Amino acid sequence: MTTTPPGGRTPLVEMRDMNVSFGGVHAVEDVSIDLNAGEILGLVGGNGAGKSTLVKTLAGAQKADSGEIYIDGKLATIATPRDAKAYGIETIYQTLALADNQDAPSNMFLGRELMTRWGTLDDSAMEDATRKIMGRLNPKFQNFKTPVSSLSGGQRQSVAIARAVHFNARILIMDEPTAALGPAETEQVRQLMRQLKSEGIGIIMISHDIHDVFDLADRISVMLQGRLVGTVNRGDVTMDEVLAMIIIGKLPEDVTTTELEQLHG
Amino acid sequence: MSVVEASPTHPETLGPSPRRSVGSFLRDNEIDTRMVGMIVVLLVIWVGFHFLSGGTFITPRNLWNLSVQTSSIAIMASGMVLVIVSRNIDLSVGSMVGTVGMVMAMLQVEWLPALMGRGNSWIWVATLAVGLALGAAIGALQGSIIAYIGVPSFIVTLGGLLVWRGFAWLTASGRTIAPMDASFQLLGGGARGSLGDTGSWILGGIACVGIVALLVMGRRRRRKFGFRLRPTWLDVVLGFLGCAVVLAAVWVMNSYYLPENLARAYAEANAIPWPEGGLQVPYGIAYPVLILLGVTLVMAFVANRLRFGRYVFSIGGNPEAANLAGIKTKRTIVKTFMVMGILVAVSAAVSIARLNAAVSGLGTLNELYVIAAAVIGGTSLAGGIGTIPGAILGALVMQSLQSGMVLIGVGAPVQDVALGVVLVTAVAIDTIYRRRAAR
Repeated sequence: MTTTPPGGRTPLVEMRDMNVSFGGVHAVEDVSIDLNAGEILGLVGGNGAGKSTLVKTLAGAQKADSGEIYIDGKLATIATPRDAKAYGIETIYQTLALADNQDAPSNMFLGRELMTRWGTLDDSAMEDATRKIMGRLNPKFQNFKTPVSSLSGGQRQSVAIARAVHFNARILIMDEPTAALGPAETEQVRQLMRQLKSEGIGIIMISHDIHDVFDLADRISVMLQGRLVGTVNRGDVTMDEVLAMIIIGKLPEDVTTTELEQLHG
Repeated sequence: MSVVEASPTHPETLGPSPRRSVGSFLRDNEIDTRMVGMIVVLLVIWVGFHFLSGGTFITPRNLWNLSVQTSSIAIMASGMVLVIVSRNIDLSVGSMVGTVGMVMAMLQVEWLPALMGRGNSWIWVATLAVGLALGAAIGALQGSIIAYIGVPSFIVTLGGLLVWRGFAWLTASGRTIAPMDASFQLLGGGARGSLGDTGSWILGGIACVGIVALLVMGRRRRRKFGFRLRPTWLDVVLGFLGCAVVLAAVWVMNSYYLPENLARAYAEANAIPWPEGGLQVPYGIAYPVLILLGVTLVMAFVANRLRFGRYVFSIGGNPEAANLAGIKTKRTIVKTFMVMGILVAVSAAVSIARLNAAVSGLGTLNELYVIAAAVIGGTSLAGGIGTIPGAILGALVMQSLQSGMVLIGVGAPVQDVALGVVLVTAVAIDTIYRRRAAR
């Protein structure tokens, strides 16, 4: 089964034949996915399926052994996180990647600090900008001067999301964006994702939560043991069929009824 | 660097908190409680030794000596903060003092006079420049092995501890090199290497203006962004306290007078007739202390106001996050060791100038005092936490203890025991304090 981008446009991101191996173990093997502007692509699979490794090559945090990445149809070289950011790719890592000893504004602008005209850090301006964006994302957030290590899981997640959103990302990678959150905060993140999508941002979302994926994603790419099982339109499949892809590694049309029954134990 | 960190707060974040303890009041107004605690401890030590020594500790003479003795360790401690904050350690600083000090001594006593002519007034400048470059180069070498090859800093600098001690001996085949260049000697303090009373008062005045300017600028910046202002009376009190401390320090330094033989030489040199009852010529602030003040200001600025400093702290907080944020972590680590090397050279210059000689054992055990000063000053060996003023205070606490024990006649072995116990106790208290603060 193949999917075509709506309207036949050039995809925002195209990853072709990506390969990553760690000492002989193929973490990612010949995987090709694509992402369109204003689309949420759900990337699902069991533990060790290679989802995180695959998106890390897009984020510049992991070197691919082979494969090509096209942004707007043009071949892109992404060797470092800095390169990825230059292409407008922002990433929210599962670990959040926050400097725990620093406050929210420092983390927001980590590596991209606002400077005064004297070449010194402009902490006031950074705090001001952080207050503005937090006012939009999480109005209850008020700990702008404490190290993020003392914040709750949800607040820390807000900081990581705010950082990704603030710099006008065109491509957003979210690795388990709601894993650390309570129900209210999860809903907030979902709302935000829909909003970003409507602004034309392409989002790759890695999630364990199949309900989350069905609720938000336009298309779903399934990985198993480093390989891409396939990419399906959300409207064309049932949750069971996606589960079958995740667990058995077969596309809906290849799955037998017996296998589906076994799936339900 | 003031105890107060000028950083903005918003109106709604900090209402009057329900529990009005002194600690929460200080925290609400962004005054570092830890630093206040350390100053209190320092004062307790001073007053305690003053009574135990029968009133000889808090005297101009002792405090002046204390300020000079603290300088060489404190200068290096400010650099060690950055090294430790970035989750590294430098065990080689004591031996580096030996090598760099020995090379600087050879430069001014043997090598440069042969090249530039004996008595050339540029010798001390050239010596210092080569010394600083050598310190930076050694730091770059060790830092590169740590950052790019990935050998733990503990091992690289443990090796350095042996290597540079060996080089210190090899540089002059174990000879003692003396005396230093006449101008170079001033870096070590002493009668001529001090600012005198007028200069000290002027410097104190400038410092007071600086303190007031910082407070005013801080308020202006907060107002610009609509952040909460500290109560005006508190800023006034802080400004007043800061200026009082500065002026008191200047007064103490100016109350220490040259001994009679030096005063006579001074009177002769300046064609002042020797008065009945002697001439009182104040020392004023010693040059090594001036150097320390300069280093402290620069290092605090680097740590708090520059990208480099923020990156060092971010790497210490979470190296992976720093990397993912696009920070060039390896280059940053190399830079921290280069800064450390430069400060080692400054400290070595002060030491050989003060001793007016260089020996191959110069700086032995300094690494331990420097690390201890940084750690007593609140630098966490786990990385990510530490302040420059804290480390300077840490060095001052250690030197105060040592000088105090000498004054009351405690023998060297007992001094070592006491310092070791204080180091562990300080870190234990700090650990408990942090654990409680984290809750």
